Amino acid sequence: MIKEERIKYLIIGNSAGGIGAAESIREVDKVGTITILSDEPYPAYSRPLISDYLAERRPLQRMLFRPPDFYEENNIQSIPGRKVTGLDIDEHNIQLVDGRAIIWEKLLLATGGSPIMPEITGIDLEGVFTFTTLDDAKEIDQFLNNYHRRKIRAVVIGGGLIGVSVTEALVKRGVDVTIIEMKDRILNTILDEEASALVETSLQQFGVEIITGQTVDKVTSYLSGAATGVTLDDSRPIPCEIVIVAIGVQPRTELVSNTGIKKKRGIIVDRHMTTSNSDVYACGDVAEAYDFVYGENRLTPIWPNAFIGGRVAGFNMAGVQTEYQGGTAMNSLKYFGLAIVSAGMVTPLDDSYEVISQIHDHVYKKIVLKDGLIVGLVFSGDIDKSGIIYNLMKDKVNIEDFKQTLVADDFGLVSLPEEIWKPGLAIPPSALACGISSVEQTEEVLVGE
Amino acid sequence: MRRVYFNEEACIGCHLCEIYCQLQHSQSRELIKVFKRESPHPLPRVRVEEKGPVSLSIRCQQCDEAPCVYACLTGALTRDAINEVVVLDEERCVGCWTCILVCPFGTIRRDVDQRKTVKCDLCQGEDVPICVINCPNEALVYKESS
Repeated sequence: MIKEERIKYLIIGNSAGGIGAAESIREVDKVGTITILSDEPYPAYSRPLISDYLAERRPLQRMLFRPPDFYEENNIQSIPGRKVTGLDIDEHNIQLVDGRAIIWEKLLLATGGSPIMPEITGIDLEGVFTFTTLDDAKEIDQFLNNYHRRKIRAVVIGGGLIGVSVTEALVKRGVDVTIIEMKDRILNTILDEEASALVETSLQQFGVEIITGQTVDKVTSYLSGAATGVTLDDSRPIPCEIVIVAIGVQPRTELVSNTGIKKKRGIIVDRHMTTSNSDVYACGDVAEAYDFVYGENRLTPIWPNAFIGGRVAGFNMAGVQTEYQGGTAMNSLKYFGLAIVSAGMVTPLDDSYEVISQIHDHVYKKIVLKDGLIVGLVFSGDIDKSGIIYNLMKDKVNIEDFKQTLVADDFGLVSLPEEIWKPGLAIPPSALACGISSVEQTEEVLVGE
Repeated sequence: MRRVYFNEEACIGCHLCEIYCQLQHSQSRELIKVFKRESPHPLPRVRVEEKGPVSLSIRCQQCDEAPCVYACLTGALTRDAINEVVVLDEERCVGCWTCILVCPFGTIRRDVDQRKTVKCDLCQGEDVPICVINCPNEALVYKESS
Protein backbone atom coordinates (compact mmCIF):
# COMPACT_ATOMS: atom_id res chain seq x y z
CA MET A 1 0.00 0.00 0.00
CA ILE A 2 1.27 3.45 -0.94
CA LYS A 3 2.04 5.71 1.96
CA GLU A 4 0.08 8.93 1.68
CA GLU A 5 0.78 12.16 3.51
CA ARG A 6 -1.38 15.24 3.89
CA ILE A 7 0.42 18.56 3.69
CA LYS A 8 -1.04 22.06 3.75
CA TYR A 9 1.68 23.76 1.72
CA LEU A 10 3.72 21.80 -0.77
CA ILE A 11 6.66 23.57 -2.40
CA ILE A 12 8.52 21.96 -5.29
CA GLY A 13 11.95 23.55 -5.53
CA ASN A 14 14.41 24.28 -2.76
CA SER A 15 16.07 27.43 -4.04
CA ALA A 16 15.34 31.18 -3.90
CA GLY A 17 11.61 30.93 -4.72
CA GLY A 18 10.89 27.95 -2.50
CA ILE A 19 12.68 29.43 0.49
CA GLY A 20 11.08 32.86 -0.05
CA ALA A 21 7.66 31.20 0.04
CA ALA A 22 8.36 28.99 3.05
CA GLU A 23 9.53 32.03 5.03
CA SER A 24 6.53 34.20 4.22
CA ILE A 25 4.13 31.33 4.96
CA ARG A 26 5.75 30.94 8.38
CA GLU A 27 5.44 34.68 9.03
CA VAL A 28 1.67 34.39 8.89
CA ASP A 29 0.95 30.71 9.58
CA LYS A 30 3.01 29.19 12.36
CA VAL A 31 1.41 25.76 12.32
CA GLY A 32 0.33 24.78 8.77
CA THR A 33 2.46 21.91 7.52
CA ILE A 34 5.08 22.84 4.92
CA THR A 35 7.01 20.39 2.77
CA ILE A 36 9.77 21.38 0.37
CA LEU A 37 10.67 18.87 -2.33
CA SER A 38 13.80 19.02 -4.44
CA ASP A 39 15.62 16.72 -6.81
CA GLU A 40 18.91 18.14 -5.56
CA PRO A 41 20.40 16.34 -2.55
CA TYR A 42 21.41 19.52 -0.66
CA PRO A 43 19.93 22.06 1.70
CA ALA A 44 19.16 25.36 -0.08
CA TYR A 45 22.38 26.84 -1.38
CA SER A 46 23.18 30.04 -3.20
CA ARG A 47 23.19 28.97 -6.83
CA PRO A 48 25.29 31.92 -8.04
CA LEU A 49 28.06 30.70 -5.73
CA ILE A 50 28.70 27.59 -7.82
CA SER A 51 31.22 29.85 -9.62
CA ASP A 52 33.06 30.30 -6.34
CA TYR A 53 32.85 26.56 -5.71
CA LEU A 54 34.55 25.90 -9.03
CA ALA A 55 37.00 28.82 -8.84
CA GLU A 56 38.20 28.46 -5.27
CA ARG A 57 36.51 25.30 -3.97
CA ARG A 58 34.25 27.25 -1.65
CA PRO A 59 32.77 24.55 0.60
CA LEU A 60 29.01 23.85 0.65
CA GLN A 61 28.77 25.04 4.27
CA ARG A 62 29.78 28.49 3.04
CA MET A 63 27.30 28.40 0.17
CA LEU A 64 24.21 27.69 2.26
CA PHE A 65 21.43 30.20 1.65
CA ARG A 66 20.06 29.72 5.15
CA PRO A 67 21.60 28.44 8.39
CA PRO A 68 21.82 24.63 8.74
CA ASP A 69 18.97 24.56 11.29
CA PHE A 70 16.63 26.55 9.03
CA TYR A 71 14.21 23.70 8.25
CA GLU A 72 14.03 22.49 11.84
CA GLU A 73 13.69 26.00 13.28
CA ASN A 74 10.80 26.78 10.95
CA ASN A 75 9.18 23.37 11.26
CA ILE A 76 9.55 22.66 7.55
CA GLN A 77 9.78 19.12 6.23
CA SER A 78 12.51 18.97 3.62
CA ILE A 79 12.63 16.07 1.17
CA PRO A 80 15.83 16.54 -0.81
CA GLY A 81 17.13 14.42 -3.66
CA ARG A 82 13.74 13.05 -4.67
CA LYS A 83 12.17 13.47 -8.09
CA VAL A 84 8.47 14.09 -8.59
CA THR A 85 7.04 11.52 -10.97
CA GLY A 86 3.42 12.56 -11.21
CA LEU A 87 1.12 15.47 -10.47
CA ASP A 88 -2.65 15.29 -10.34
CA ILE A 89 -4.05 18.78 -9.99
CA ASP A 90 -7.71 17.81 -9.54
CA GLU A 91 -6.90 15.27 -6.83
CA HIS A 92 -4.32 17.61 -5.21
CA ASN A 93 -1.94 14.70 -5.31
CA ILE A 94 1.73 14.32 -6.10
CA GLN A 95 3.81 11.17 -6.48
CA LEU A 96 7.49 10.84 -5.74
CA VAL A 97 10.01 8.54 -7.32
CA ASP A 98 10.13 6.37 -4.19
CA GLY A 99 6.42 5.59 -4.42
CA ARG A 100 5.44 8.09 -1.77
CA ALA A 101 2.36 10.24 -2.39
CA ILE A 102 1.52 13.63 -0.92
CA ILE A 103 -1.89 15.28 -0.78
CA TRP A 104 -1.54 19.05 -0.70
CA GLU A 105 -3.88 21.99 -0.17
CA LYS A 106 -1.73 24.67 -1.84
CA LEU A 107 1.06 23.93 -4.27
CA LEU A 108 3.99 26.15 -5.32
CA LEU A 109 5.94 25.30 -8.44
CA ALA A 110 9.42 26.73 -7.99
CA THR A 111 11.14 24.20 -10.20
CA GLY A 112 13.51 26.63 -11.88
CA GLY A 113 15.08 26.14 -15.28
CA SER A 114 17.20 23.54 -17.00
CA PRO A 115 20.02 24.08 -19.50
CA ILE A 116 19.07 24.02 -23.16
CA MET A 117 21.10 21.39 -25.00
CA PRO A 118 21.69 21.96 -28.70
CA GLU A 119 21.07 18.94 -30.90
CA ILE A 120 24.57 18.60 -32.26
CA THR A 121 26.85 15.63 -32.75
CA GLY A 122 29.01 14.80 -29.77
CA ILE A 123 26.94 16.63 -27.16
CA ASP A 124 26.87 13.48 -25.01
CA LEU A 125 30.63 12.96 -25.02
CA GLU A 126 32.65 12.84 -21.84
CA GLY A 127 34.02 16.29 -21.08
CA VAL A 128 30.82 18.09 -22.07
CA PHE A 129 29.18 19.85 -19.13
CA THR A 130 26.47 22.31 -18.21
CA PHE A 131 26.75 24.84 -15.38
CA THR A 132 23.57 25.51 -13.42
CA THR A 133 23.77 23.32 -10.32
CA LEU A 134 26.27 22.48 -7.61
CA ASP A 135 26.53 18.98 -9.07
CA ASP A 136 27.52 20.51 -12.42
CA ALA A 137 30.27 22.48 -10.67
CA LYS A 138 31.39 19.33 -8.82
CA GLU A 139 31.62 17.35 -12.04
CA ILE A 140 33.74 20.01 -13.72
CA ASP A 141 35.91 20.25 -10.61
CA GLN A 142 36.41 16.47 -10.65
CA PHE A 143 37.34 16.54 -14.30
CA LEU A 144 39.93 19.28 -13.72
CA ASN A 145 41.36 17.41 -10.72
CA ASN A 146 41.78 14.20 -12.71
CA TYR A 147 43.42 15.85 -15.67
CA HIS A 148 47.15 15.99 -15.19
CA ARG A 149 48.68 15.89 -18.63
CA ARG A 150 49.05 19.52 -19.64
CA LYS A 151 47.23 22.80 -19.73
CA ILE A 152 43.50 22.31 -20.07
CA ARG A 153 41.57 24.13 -22.76
CA ALA A 154 37.84 24.80 -22.56
CA VAL A 155 35.27 25.90 -25.10
CA VAL A 156 32.28 27.66 -23.59
CA ILE A 157 29.30 27.64 -25.94
CA GLY A 158 27.28 30.78 -25.20
CA GLY A 159 28.44 34.15 -23.87
CA GLY A 160 25.54 34.86 -21.51
CA LEU A 161 25.65 35.14 -17.72
CA ILE A 162 26.28 31.43 -17.18
CA GLY A 163 28.89 31.26 -19.92
CA VAL A 164 30.85 34.22 -18.65
CA SER A 165 30.54 33.08 -15.02
CA VAL A 166 31.95 29.64 -15.78
CA THR A 167 34.66 31.28 -17.89
CA GLU A 168 35.83 33.40 -14.99
CA ALA A 169 35.88 30.37 -12.68
CA LEU A 170 37.79 28.27 -15.22
CA VAL A 171 40.36 31.04 -15.81
CA LYS A 172 40.91 31.20 -12.05
CA ARG A 173 41.62 27.45 -12.19
CA GLY A 174 44.25 28.02 -14.87
CA VAL A 175 42.17 26.82 -17.82
CA ASP A 176 42.48 28.46 -21.27
CA VAL A 177 38.99 29.45 -22.34
CA THR A 178 37.42 30.24 -25.69
CA ILE A 179 33.86 31.60 -25.68
CA ILE A 180 31.73 31.00 -28.77
CA GLU A 181 28.84 33.47 -28.93
CA MET A 182 26.25 33.22 -31.67
CA LYS A 183 25.31 36.92 -31.60
CA ASP A 184 27.73 39.77 -32.27
CA ARG A 185 28.66 40.34 -28.61
CA ILE A 186 28.68 38.58 -25.25
CA LEU A 187 26.07 39.32 -22.57
CA ASN A 188 23.89 40.77 -25.33
CA THR A 189 20.58 40.23 -23.52
CA ILE A 190 21.51 42.04 -20.30
CA LEU A 191 24.06 44.66 -21.39
CA ASP A 192 24.27 47.30 -24.09
CA GLU A 193 27.11 47.45 -26.63
CA GLU A 194 29.36 49.66 -24.52
CA ALA A 195 29.12 47.56 -21.38
CA SER A 196 29.52 44.31 -23.32
CA ALA A 197 32.72 45.75 -24.78
CA LEU A 198 33.97 46.59 -21.27
CA VAL A 199 33.49 42.97 -20.16
CA GLU A 200 35.04 41.64 -23.37
CA THR A 201 38.15 43.77 -22.87
CA SER A 202 38.37 42.64 -19.26
CA LEU A 203 38.06 38.95 -20.23
CA GLN A 204 40.61 39.31 -23.01
CA GLN A 205 43.08 40.85 -20.57
CA PHE A 206 42.85 37.59 -18.65
CA GLY A 207 43.58 35.58 -21.77
CA VAL A 208 40.06 34.60 -22.77
CA GLU A 209 39.45 34.29 -26.50
CA ILE A 210 36.02 35.44 -27.63
CA ILE A 211 34.57 34.36 -30.98
CA THR A 212 31.30 36.08 -31.88
CA GLY A 213 28.83 35.60 -34.70
CA GLN A 214 29.51 31.89 -34.89
CA THR A 215 28.04 28.66 -33.60
CA VAL A 216 29.37 25.22 -32.79
CA ASP A 217 28.43 22.59 -35.37
CA LYS A 218 29.67 19.57 -33.47
CA VAL A 219 31.77 18.34 -30.61
CA THR A 220 34.58 16.20 -31.97
CA SER A 221 36.38 13.21 -30.51
CA TYR A 222 39.61 11.48 -31.42
CA LEU A 223 39.60 9.49 -28.23
CA SER A 224 37.07 6.91 -27.26
CA GLY A 225 34.07 8.74 -25.92
CA ALA A 226 35.88 11.89 -24.79
CA ALA A 227 35.56 15.36 -26.29
CA THR A 228 38.76 16.59 -27.95
CA GLY A 229 37.45 19.72 -29.62
CA VAL A 230 34.62 21.47 -31.39
CA THR A 231 34.02 22.42 -35.00
CA LEU A 232 32.52 25.83 -35.74
CA ASP A 233 29.92 26.55 -38.42
CA ASP A 234 32.68 27.65 -40.82
CA SER A 235 34.39 24.26 -40.29
CA ARG A 236 37.11 25.79 -38.14
CA PRO A 237 38.29 23.29 -35.53
CA ILE A 238 39.06 24.36 -31.97
CA PRO A 239 40.81 21.73 -29.90
CA CYS A 240 39.82 21.49 -26.25
CA GLU A 241 39.39 19.05 -23.39
CA ILE A 242 36.24 20.55 -21.89
CA VAL A 243 33.08 21.89 -23.49
CA ILE A 244 30.60 23.87 -21.39
CA VAL A 245 27.14 24.27 -22.87
CA ALA A 246 25.68 27.62 -21.78
CA ILE A 247 23.31 28.65 -24.54
CA GLY A 248 20.46 29.32 -22.14
CA VAL A 249 18.00 27.78 -19.73
CA GLN A 250 14.38 26.87 -20.26
CA PRO A 251 11.63 26.79 -17.63
CA ARG A 252 11.14 23.32 -16.14
CA THR A 253 7.45 23.11 -16.91
CA GLU A 254 7.24 19.38 -17.65
CA LEU A 255 5.34 18.70 -14.40
CA VAL A 256 2.36 20.74 -15.54
CA SER A 257 2.12 19.23 -19.04
CA ASN A 258 -1.33 17.72 -19.43
CA THR A 259 -2.61 19.37 -16.26
CA GLY A 260 -4.42 22.20 -18.02
CA ILE A 261 -2.31 24.80 -16.24
CA LYS A 262 -1.70 27.67 -18.63
CA LYS A 263 1.80 28.17 -19.92
CA LYS A 264 3.69 29.76 -22.75
CA ARG A 265 7.43 29.38 -22.41
CA GLY A 266 6.96 29.51 -18.64
CA ILE A 267 3.97 28.98 -16.39
CA ILE A 268 1.73 32.05 -16.54
CA VAL A 269 1.00 33.66 -13.17
CA ASP A 270 -1.09 36.65 -12.17
CA ARG A 271 -0.07 39.44 -9.78
CA HIS A 272 -0.68 37.08 -6.85
CA MET A 273 1.66 34.50 -8.43
CA THR A 274 -1.35 32.24 -8.95
CA THR A 275 -1.45 30.01 -12.01
CA SER A 276 -4.61 29.36 -13.99
CA ASN A 277 -5.52 26.98 -11.14
CA SER A 278 -6.32 28.90 -7.97
CA ASP A 279 -4.63 26.34 -5.67
CA VAL A 280 -1.41 26.26 -7.66
CA TYR A 281 1.22 28.99 -7.62
CA ALA A 282 4.48 29.44 -9.50
CA CYS A 283 7.53 31.70 -9.18
CA GLY A 284 11.13 32.05 -10.24
CA ASP A 285 12.72 30.80 -13.44
CA VAL A 286 9.77 28.52 -14.25
CA ALA A 287 7.21 31.35 -14.19
CA GLU A 288 6.25 34.14 -16.54
CA ALA A 289 5.40 36.90 -14.09
CA TYR A 290 4.70 40.61 -14.45
CA ASP A 291 7.59 42.73 -15.73
CA PHE A 292 7.07 46.36 -14.72
CA VAL A 293 9.27 47.73 -17.49
CA TYR A 294 7.52 45.96 -20.34
CA GLY A 295 4.11 46.00 -18.67
CA GLU A 296 3.52 42.34 -19.49
CA ASN A 297 4.36 38.85 -18.27
CA ARG A 298 7.90 37.78 -19.11
CA LEU A 299 10.55 35.32 -18.05
CA THR A 300 13.02 37.14 -15.81
CA PRO A 301 15.14 34.26 -14.53
CA ILE A 302 17.12 36.00 -11.81
CA TRP A 303 17.55 35.18 -8.14
CA PRO A 304 15.96 38.26 -6.50
CA ASN A 305 12.80 38.03 -8.62
CA ALA A 306 12.49 34.34 -7.73
CA PHE A 307 12.79 35.13 -4.03
CA ILE A 308 10.29 38.01 -4.06
CA GLY A 309 7.90 36.04 -6.29
CA GLY A 310 8.12 33.16 -3.82
CA ARG A 311 7.53 35.52 -0.92
CA VAL A 312 4.39 36.91 -2.55
CA ALA A 313 3.18 33.41 -3.46
CA GLY A 314 3.71 32.25 0.12
CA PHE A 315 1.61 35.05 1.62
CA ASN A 316 -1.20 34.35 -0.84
CA MET A 317 -1.01 30.60 -0.25
CA ALA A 318 -1.48 31.32 3.45
CA GLY A 319 -4.50 33.50 2.72
CA VAL A 320 -2.89 36.94 3.12
CA GLN A 321 -3.73 38.81 -0.08
CA THR A 322 -0.48 40.22 -1.42
CA GLU A 323 0.33 41.73 -4.76
CA TYR A 324 3.55 41.30 -6.73
CA GLN A 325 4.72 44.74 -7.78
CA GLY A 326 6.57 43.13 -10.65
CA GLY A 327 10.19 42.52 -11.46
CA THR A 328 12.42 43.05 -14.41
CA ALA A 329 15.74 41.76 -15.70
CA MET A 330 18.31 43.10 -13.26
CA ASN A 331 21.90 42.07 -12.74
CA SER A 332 25.01 43.08 -10.89
CA LEU A 333 28.21 41.75 -12.44
CA LYS A 334 31.76 41.85 -11.17
CA TYR A 335 33.75 39.73 -13.56
CA PHE A 336 37.44 40.06 -12.73
CA GLY A 337 36.58 42.96 -10.43
CA LEU A 338 34.80 45.06 -13.04
CA ALA A 339 31.57 46.35 -11.46
CA ILE A 340 28.60 46.65 -13.82
CA VAL A 341 24.91 46.85 -13.00
CA SER A 342 22.05 46.77 -15.46
CA ALA A 343 18.28 46.68 -15.26
CA GLY A 344 15.28 46.85 -17.55
CA MET A 345 15.62 47.75 -21.20
CA VAL A 346 19.30 48.48 -21.77
CA THR A 347 19.11 49.03 -25.52
CA PRO A 348 16.21 51.15 -26.84
CA LEU A 349 13.76 49.20 -28.96
CA ASP A 350 13.25 52.09 -31.40
CA ASP A 351 13.59 55.87 -31.87
CA SER A 352 10.81 56.69 -29.45
CA TYR A 353 13.22 56.17 -26.56
CA GLU A 354 15.74 58.70 -25.29
CA VAL A 355 19.19 57.85 -24.00
CA ILE A 356 21.16 59.91 -21.48
CA SER A 357 24.70 58.80 -20.85
CA GLN A 358 28.05 59.80 -19.56
CA ILE A 359 31.38 58.11 -20.12
CA HIS A 360 34.78 59.12 -18.77
CA ASP A 361 37.79 57.41 -17.24
CA HIS A 362 36.42 54.19 -15.77
CA VAL A 363 32.87 55.42 -15.33
CA TYR A 364 29.97 54.65 -17.65
CA LYS A 365 26.40 55.64 -16.85
CA LYS A 366 23.46 55.26 -19.15
CA ILE A 367 19.73 55.65 -18.67
CA VAL A 368 17.05 54.79 -21.21
CA LEU A 369 13.87 56.90 -21.02
CA LYS A 370 10.45 56.98 -22.53
CA ASP A 371 7.93 59.75 -21.95
CA GLY A 372 9.83 61.00 -18.91
CA LEU A 373 10.01 57.57 -17.27
CA ILE A 374 13.13 55.46 -16.84
CA VAL A 375 12.89 52.09 -18.58
CA GLY A 376 16.48 50.89 -18.35
CA LEU A 377 19.90 51.56 -16.88
CA VAL A 378 23.51 50.46 -17.22
CA PHE A 379 26.18 51.68 -14.79
CA SER A 380 29.81 50.66 -14.70
CA GLY A 381 32.62 51.75 -12.41
CA ASP A 382 30.63 54.09 -10.18
CA ILE A 383 27.60 51.93 -9.32
CA ASP A 384 27.01 53.02 -5.73
CA LYS A 385 23.92 55.17 -6.35
CA SER A 386 22.43 52.97 -9.07
CA GLY A 387 19.79 51.77 -6.61
CA ILE A 388 18.27 55.25 -6.51
CA ILE A 389 17.87 55.16 -10.30
CA TYR A 390 16.52 51.60 -10.21
CA ASN A 391 13.85 52.62 -7.71
CA LEU A 392 12.88 55.73 -9.70
CA MET A 393 12.32 53.33 -12.59
CA LYS A 394 10.39 50.86 -10.47
CA ASP A 395 8.21 53.53 -8.90
CA LYS A 396 7.59 55.14 -12.31
CA VAL A 397 8.70 58.61 -11.17
CA ASN A 398 8.67 61.21 -13.92
CA ILE A 399 12.25 62.47 -14.11
CA GLU A 400 11.91 64.77 -17.13
CA ASP A 401 12.79 67.93 -15.17
CA PHE A 402 16.04 66.63 -13.68
CA LYS A 403 17.05 63.84 -16.02
CA GLN A 404 20.52 65.21 -16.77
CA THR A 405 21.52 65.06 -13.11
CA LEU A 406 20.91 61.31 -12.99
CA VAL A 407 24.16 60.47 -14.80
CA ALA A 408 26.23 63.26 -13.21
CA ASP A 409 29.29 62.42 -11.11
CA ASP A 410 27.84 64.09 -8.02
CA PHE A 411 24.38 62.52 -8.37
CA GLY A 412 22.66 61.59 -5.14
CA LEU A 413 19.31 61.79 -3.39
CA VAL A 414 19.99 65.51 -2.93
CA SER A 415 19.87 65.93 -6.73
CA LEU A 416 16.19 64.97 -6.63
CA PRO A 417 13.23 67.17 -5.69
CA GLU A 418 12.54 67.28 -1.97
CA GLU A 419 9.23 65.48 -2.32
CA ILE A 420 11.11 62.39 -3.52
CA TRP A 421 13.70 62.07 -0.77
CA LYS A 422 11.85 63.60 2.14
CA PRO A 423 9.24 60.90 2.83
CA GLY A 424 11.96 58.29 3.17
CA LEU A 425 14.30 60.24 5.45
CA ALA A 426 12.20 62.62 7.55
CA ILE A 427 10.34 61.70 10.71
CA PRO A 428 7.03 60.19 9.63
CA PRO A 429 3.85 61.59 11.19
CA SER A 430 3.27 58.22 12.84
CA ALA A 431 6.54 58.56 14.76
CA LEU A 432 5.77 62.14 15.79
CA ALA A 433 2.45 60.97 17.16
CA CYS A 434 4.09 58.11 18.98
CA GLY A 435 2.14 57.14 22.07
CA ILE A 436 -1.21 57.91 20.55
CA SER A 437 -2.86 54.66 19.68
CA SER A 438 -4.39 54.35 16.28
CA VAL A 439 -6.42 51.71 14.57
CA GLU A 440 -4.85 50.56 11.35
CA GLN A 441 -6.91 49.30 8.48
CA THR A 442 -5.70 46.07 6.97
CA GLU A 443 -4.47 46.90 3.51
CA GLU A 444 -3.24 44.76 0.69
CA VAL A 445 0.48 44.57 1.19
CA LEU A 446 2.81 45.33 -1.70
CA VAL A 447 5.91 43.24 -1.61
CA GLY A 448 9.10 44.04 -3.42
CA GLU A 449 8.79 47.79 -3.26
CA MET B 1 11.32 49.41 15.56
CA ARG B 2 13.45 52.47 16.22
CA ARG B 3 14.98 54.23 13.24
CA VAL B 4 17.22 57.23 12.64
CA TYR B 5 15.26 60.08 11.07
CA PHE B 6 16.63 63.24 9.57
CA ASN B 7 15.55 66.86 9.82
CA GLU B 8 16.97 68.70 6.84
CA GLU B 9 16.28 72.15 8.30
CA ALA B 10 18.69 71.46 11.15
CA CYS B 11 21.51 69.86 9.14
CA ILE B 12 24.47 72.14 8.44
CA GLY B 13 26.49 69.56 6.52
CA CYS B 14 29.25 69.26 9.12
CA HIS B 15 29.90 65.56 8.26
CA LEU B 16 30.41 64.70 11.94
CA CYS B 17 27.95 61.81 11.51
CA GLU B 18 30.27 60.31 8.89
CA ILE B 19 33.35 60.80 11.03
CA TYR B 20 31.85 59.27 14.18
CA CYS B 21 30.40 56.40 12.15
CA GLN B 22 33.79 55.61 10.68
CA LEU B 23 35.35 55.77 14.11
CA GLN B 24 32.67 53.55 15.62
CA HIS B 25 33.17 50.88 12.95
CA SER B 26 36.96 50.85 13.20
CA GLN B 27 39.25 48.44 15.00
CA SER B 28 41.26 50.99 16.96
CA ARG B 29 38.63 53.67 17.64
CA GLU B 30 41.48 56.20 17.59
CA LEU B 31 40.63 59.15 15.38
CA ILE B 32 44.02 59.86 13.79
CA LYS B 33 44.81 56.20 13.29
CA VAL B 34 41.42 55.46 11.77
CA PHE B 35 41.70 58.18 9.18
CA LYS B 36 45.37 57.83 8.34
CA ARG B 37 46.67 54.36 8.98
CA GLU B 38 44.17 51.68 9.95
CA SER B 39 44.08 48.72 7.64
CA PRO B 40 41.64 47.47 6.51
CA HIS B 41 40.43 51.03 6.22
CA PRO B 42 37.02 51.38 7.89
CA LEU B 43 34.26 52.98 5.83
CA PRO B 44 31.44 55.17 7.16
CA ARG B 45 27.92 53.71 6.87
CA VAL B 46 26.37 57.13 6.58
CA ARG B 47 26.77 59.56 3.71
CA VAL B 48 26.34 63.33 3.66
CA GLU B 49 25.20 64.77 0.33
CA GLU B 50 25.25 68.49 -0.36
CA LYS B 51 23.73 70.76 -2.95
CA GLY B 52 23.86 74.49 -2.22
CA PRO B 53 22.41 75.12 1.21
CA VAL B 54 20.76 71.69 1.35
CA SER B 55 22.62 68.81 2.97
CA LEU B 56 21.35 65.33 3.66
CA SER B 57 22.66 62.77 6.14
CA ILE B 58 21.70 59.41 4.63
CA ARG B 59 21.93 55.89 6.06
CA CYS B 60 20.01 52.62 5.80
CA GLN B 61 16.38 53.27 6.78
CA GLN B 62 15.79 49.60 7.69
CA CYS B 63 12.91 49.40 5.14
CA ASP B 64 9.92 47.32 6.27
CA GLU B 65 9.97 45.23 3.10
CA ALA B 66 13.74 45.56 2.67
CA PRO B 67 14.63 45.00 -1.00
CA CYS B 68 18.27 44.30 -0.16
CA VAL B 69 17.31 41.36 2.06
CA TYR B 70 15.17 39.85 -0.70
CA ALA B 71 17.75 40.49 -3.41
CA CYS B 72 20.73 39.12 -1.48
CA LEU B 73 22.10 36.18 -3.43
CA THR B 74 23.83 34.47 -0.53
CA GLY B 75 21.56 35.07 2.45
CA ALA B 76 24.12 37.43 4.00
CA LEU B 77 21.56 40.19 4.54
CA THR B 78 18.81 39.33 6.99
CA ARG B 79 16.43 41.08 9.33
CA ASP B 80 17.28 40.35 12.94
CA ALA B 81 14.38 38.43 14.44
CA ILE B 82 14.59 40.30 17.74
CA ASN B 83 15.51 43.92 17.10
CA GLU B 84 14.41 44.00 13.41
CA VAL B 85 17.65 45.63 12.24
CA VAL B 86 18.77 44.66 8.72
CA VAL B 87 22.15 43.10 9.39
CA LEU B 88 24.98 41.86 7.20
CA ASP B 89 26.74 38.59 7.91
CA GLU B 90 30.20 39.46 6.62
CA GLU B 91 31.16 35.80 6.43
CA ARG B 92 28.44 35.12 3.88
CA CYS B 93 28.74 38.33 1.83
CA VAL B 94 30.72 37.81 -1.38
CA GLY B 95 30.49 41.39 -2.61
CA CYS B 96 28.20 40.73 -5.59
CA TRP B 97 26.68 44.23 -5.13
CA THR B 98 23.13 43.11 -5.97
CA CYS B 99 21.93 44.87 -2.81
CA ILE B 100 23.39 48.13 -4.10
CA LEU B 101 21.30 47.93 -7.25
CA VAL B 102 18.04 47.71 -5.29
CA CYS B 103 18.64 50.13 -2.40
CA PRO B 104 16.29 53.12 -2.82
CA PHE B 105 18.59 55.35 -0.76
CA GLY B 106 21.84 54.34 -2.46
CA THR B 107 23.19 53.87 1.02
CA ILE B 108 24.91 50.49 0.84
CA ARG B 109 28.61 50.92 0.18
CA ARG B 110 31.19 48.72 -1.48
CA ASP B 111 34.28 47.80 0.49
CA VAL B 112 36.16 46.75 -2.63
CA ASP B 113 39.30 45.64 -0.76
CA GLN B 114 37.35 43.35 1.55
CA ARG B 115 34.87 42.23 -1.15
CA LYS B 116 32.04 43.04 1.29
CA THR B 117 29.27 45.55 1.42
CA VAL B 118 28.98 47.84 4.42
CA LYS B 119 25.74 49.22 5.75
CA CYS B 120 24.36 50.97 8.82
CA ASP B 121 23.72 48.54 11.69
CA LEU B 122 22.29 51.25 13.98
CA CYS B 123 25.45 50.76 16.07
CA GLN B 124 24.60 47.34 17.52
CA GLY B 125 25.52 47.25 21.18
CA GLU B 126 24.92 50.97 21.74
CA ASP B 127 21.70 52.38 23.17
CA VAL B 128 21.61 55.17 20.59
CA PRO B 129 23.48 55.22 17.26
CA ILE B 130 26.69 57.18 17.50
CA CYS B 131 25.76 59.57 14.65
CA VAL B 132 22.66 60.64 16.55
CA ILE B 133 24.58 61.22 19.79
CA ASN B 134 27.19 63.34 18.04
CA CYS B 135 24.98 65.41 15.76
CA PRO B 136 25.65 68.96 17.07
CA ASN B 137 22.36 70.34 15.84
CA GLU B 138 19.93 67.53 16.60
CA ALA B 139 19.27 67.02 12.90
CA LEU B 140 19.22 63.30 13.59
CA VAL B 141 16.61 61.70 15.81
CA TYR B 142 16.29 58.11 16.93
CA LYS B 143 12.61 57.27 17.21
CA GLU B 144 10.10 54.47 17.28
CA SER B 145 8.46 54.39 13.87
CA SER B 146 5.04 52.96 14.47
